[in-house]
Amino acid sequence: MKFRIVAAALAVGLAATAAHAEIVVGVSLGITGPGASLGVHYRNAYQLMGKTLGGEPVRFVILDDASDPTNAAKNARKLISEDKADMLMGSNGVPSAVQMAQAAAEAKIPMMVLTPAALSGNTLHWSFIVPQTTELMMGAVAQQLKAQGVKTVGYIGYTDTWGDLVYKAIQSHAASGGFKVVTDERYARADTSVTGQILRLLSANPDAVVVGGSGTGAALPHVTLIERGYKKGIYHNHGTVNAEFIKVGGKAVSGAVAPTGPLVVPEELPDSHPTKKVSLDFTKRYEAAFGAGTRNAFAGYAYDAYLLVDAAAPAALKKGKPGTPEFREALRASLESVRNVVGTHGVYNMNAESHNGLDERARVLVHVDNGAWHLMK
Amino acid sequence: MTPDIVLLLAQDGITNGAIYALLALALLLVFSVTRIIFVPQGEFISYAALSLALLQAGQVPGVVYVLVGGGVLAAVFDTGTALRDKALRRLPWILLGYIALPCAMAALAWWAAPRKLDLVWQVLLVLGLVVPLGPIVYRVAYQPLANASILVLFIASMAVHYVLTGLGLVFFGGEGLRSAAFSDASFRLGVLQISSQSLLVVLASVLVMAALWLFFGRSIYGKALRATAVNRVGARLVGIRIGLAGGLSFLLAAFIGALSGILISPITTIYYDTGFLIGLKGFVGAILGGMASYPLAVVGSLVLGLLEAYASFWSSAFKETLVFAIIIPPLIWLSLRSRHVEEDEEEGE
Repeated sequence: MKFRIVAAALAVGLAATAAHAEIVVGVSLGITGPGASLGVHYRNAYQLMGKTLGGEPVRFVILDDASDPTNAAKNARKLISEDKADMLMGSNGVPSAVQMAQAAAEAKIPMMVLTPAALSGNTLHWSFIVPQTTELMMGAVAQQLKAQGVKTVGYIGYTDTWGDLVYKAIQSHAASGGFKVVTDERYARADTSVTGQILRLLSANPDAVVVGGSGTGAALPHVTLIERGYKKGIYHNHGTVNAEFIKVGGKAVSGAVAPTGPLVVPEELPDSHPTKKVSLDFTKRYEAAFGAGTRNAFAGYAYDAYLLVDAAAPAALKKGKPGTPEFREALRASLESVRNVVGTHGVYNMNAESHNGLDERARVLVHVDNGAWHLMK
Repeated sequence: MTPDIVLLLAQDGITNGAIYALLALALLLVFSVTRIIFVPQGEFISYAALSLALLQAGQVPGVVYVLVGGGVLAAVFDTGTALRDKALRRLPWILLGYIALPCAMAALAWWAAPRKLDLVWQVLLVLGLVVPLGPIVYRVAYQPLANASILVLFIASMAVHYVLTGLGLVFFGGEGLRSAAFSDASFRLGVLQISSQSLLVVLASVLVMAALWLFFGRSIYGKALRATAVNRVGARLVGIRIGLAGGLSFLLAAFIGALSGILISPITTIYYDTGFLIGLKGFVGAILGGMASYPLAVVGSLVLGLLEAYASFWSSAFKETLVFAIIIPPLIWLSLRSRHVEEDEEEGE
């Protein structure tokens, strides 16, 4: 009797392996640890995705990397070798995503990078970066600085990679924007005070300040600047645009300006905006599932990754079955040639040079007005 | 660097240094009485600061679950011991301390949260919710291995730290919170604009230090703690219960941690894991003081606060590097001066 059950179980198991009639997507996110406040949004998005990719059933295997790059690398290898993932998606921290992308490139499977990581060479060959590049986003800030006639910009940002990325991005637009970045101050999210950095920054007397923080962590320098009587413009980056930033910063952050994806303010977009319909639809579904006011840019990156793969999968399915190297290579090639895929954040047009494919339609400037983020007119 | 910047930075450094000094005292107290390097000290800061911010927003802080859950666990432990010792008359006290008190505090929080009471009551409620966690943590995690070596106790500390941080993430969420200022008033003193908040921090620190001094110098419990710190075996011989001394030192440490959290929550954004770093700096302050003397620990913490303030002005990217690098010389000095303390302190049953 026992033998028969075992045999039956074995048969079922074998049949499942042979057919492999589903696409397995391995996901690693920082659902706990320092990046948890963003990771949770990403994870939520997976509940709103469809059950198929290009008509083929899909199974998402979601692991937590605790915002630790070492764990992300471990997760990536586990997803590849044990879960036989056809592709990877992740993670919400740049260092974690880089580790995953390297593992994906080694295993020759495509990867959707959900954070604006800077990749190159063979790693980039297999990876597609969903979010707007920091350069693209900060370009909107640079345009605004130029329009305001700003000549000197003070910078204060995180001591980590994010602080570096934002600094480089604003620096890259300095020549064309006709301004100079005069300070490079750094602080940590957990710092109890940034008085020293702000005093140093103010002694350079800049025409505007750019903050390279994220979320609630960006509130401390802003509040300190206001406390010290700074009256000129304070600009943030797209990592800061969430409701908690305003809750923590209170009245002091009123007037803060930041670039973001159109997803954050879909109702206020003009009807002619290409992503309005998709952005609005996703926002409504997200808030219906997770509560009013929970909208954020991050869930949209995960959802756009899903939309991109959904658009690329049919062509790949013609060339190979999920689970085979042929399918994975075909999926990569197909992702590289997607045209006019309308996501929640923008319109994607990939090619061999650009594995991001977003353009200026993927950014808007928003500002804090009356305790909420609104589109700048 | 103009003179007014020097003064502003000094003000900032002293405010932060005062908090580090409080934490250094708590760490030193726990270490000398129980030989535990109390890594989770910082969690009380986060718990208290986030609880206060949530109460101000009219929400029930998740710490009530930690408190009730921990209380039940501690009661189970203690009941087990009492049954083994056949000391049934202890049971009512166990139930009162570990079950009734936490449940009463939790009920009070449920009742008080939507009513948005005055600040004073909110602060008292937060203290009532967070401070009992100290003895509970001691009872559950440390008392069963009170005679273990410093290293084992330290590893237990790391475990407790991770458990409490994880619970913090579950119950408070990943985003930071900041509570409303106690008062918006500020005073001008020459070029300095002194906010009443930073004045309060310094004032509260001085008061707590004075209270500790009186407690250790005058009260019988304080003397018992000092006796335990000087010689554990001797203290036991004259009738001081080691468990009681440990629980008491944790109660004080939790009180100091919670108070620090309440004091800084209007100054900065606190995350569920911020407390750890602040606690770590208190630890650096204690090490600068040689990990033995209370006054030196206070001086060390103030030096650390000032160094941090000036470092953040001069070279903000290397601030943490400098702050944590200054413990290396005192550590070298300490290790050259002392023999292997851990082995000396190893005790038999």
